Amino acid sequence: MPTQKKAVALISGGLDSLLAARLMIDQGIHVEGINFYTGFCVEGHTHAIRKKDKDKPKRNNALWSAEQLGIKLHIIDIIEEYKDVLINPKHGYGANMNPCLDCKIFMVGKAKQWMDENGFDFIITGEVMGQRPMSQRKDLLPVVVRESGADDRLLRPLCAKNLAATLPEREGWVNREELKNFSGRNRKPQMALAAEFGFEDYATPAGGCCFLTDKNYSDKLVDLWQARNKKDYELDDIMLLKVGRHLRPKPHYKLIVSREDGENKFLQGYKKQFSTIEIKSHNGPLTLVDGELSDEDFQFASRIAARFSQGRTAESVTVKITSKNGDEKLIDIPPLPVSEIKQEWYV
Amino acid sequence: MSHYTLDARNSLCPMPVIKTQNKVVELLNGDTLEVTCTDPGALSDIPAWCRINGHTIKESYEKGDEVIILIQVNA
Repeated sequence: MPTQKKAVALISGGLDSLLAARLMIDQGIHVEGINFYTGFCVEGHTHAIRKKDKDKPKRNNALWSAEQLGIKLHIIDIIEEYKDVLINPKHGYGANMNPCLDCKIFMVGKAKQWMDENGFDFIITGEVMGQRPMSQRKDLLPVVVRESGADDRLLRPLCAKNLAATLPEREGWVNREELKNFSGRNRKPQMALAAEFGFEDYATPAGGCCFLTDKNYSDKLVDLWQARNKKDYELDDIMLLKVGRHLRPKPHYKLIVSREDGENKFLQGYKKQFSTIEIKSHNGPLTLVDGELSDEDFQFASRIAARFSQGRTAESVTVKITSKNGDEKLIDIPPLPVSEIKQEWYV
Repeated sequence: MSHYTLDARNSLCPMPVIKTQNKVVELLNGDTLEVTCTDPGALSDIPAWCRINGHTIKESYEKGDEVIILIQVNA
């Protein structure tokens, strides 16, 4: 009896990777999933920081996919290694700060490494030719194959019939005739296949699976790099870009102002890393201060923070300024009128 | 069989899952691991990870702002 072949599937949590893995399972392949966490993944629960999202069911879609498929899922932290992909993408960025092609090459390369270390035979992805403008263009799919090192051990079950046969097809490990020829941005074939498999309630993230495809998020990342005069980041930096209003009234400092209770609570965890401004006389946001500020700057920043409190129309608001070393100071200031909050301060 | 604890507070999912996964790899069959998190998402994600990887959730509950999950390792 032939040995059962083993495939590692890149599972993003979206529909395509779910379908690709299912097609392989149906062909008798032993499939295990791999999911890479870059820090920019929408998949995390960062979106649930805000209280307004509290009633939405919380689930990690990659785990959900694995459970639907009945396969193991290995979630790999690639935060540190991914920095080089984002900071120095060989193939450049997409519409925003998304290095999609380099990202795909990197992830398939990591999957190849995992495959070799764990005695698996090939890699599968949910890529569909022509579906995405950067990483899934017909002329770029071979680039992923070549530069990742996966070569002909990379099988894309959803569009395999549009591509040259890979090793698993040539060797008869999988039946090419049962693979698909999907292409383009039309999602109907995938939805029909999902219905055929009985998959319901699968994830349909509107902006893809990565914050870097989001313009607002990318603008904040670029601002961070410009302000620091270097392209670098830590996990906390990129987490904070997802939270609160970001205002840069002057080049040398930025304010992160919480928008509601959930964000307030989240930002509390950063009080030892940043100076903070808290509104004491009224209900109001917690504000983190990123930068080195003079007393005059703190006074002005406090007036901005007070504008977002319930004391915004009061003549005077009491705020507590706490420096990173824990020194506290209470001051009374007039909130800055709304008309004086400049639009260009918003990052 | 031994009992272990894991502090996954102040990290957002999937980091608590990754930390749990990396700790469980070091444990033996029958060991228990108590994971403490502050991301409420862990309450669904860690049990989901345990289900697909064959480990048993002995207990999970919220205590104030924290989520406590007790796992029995099935190696």
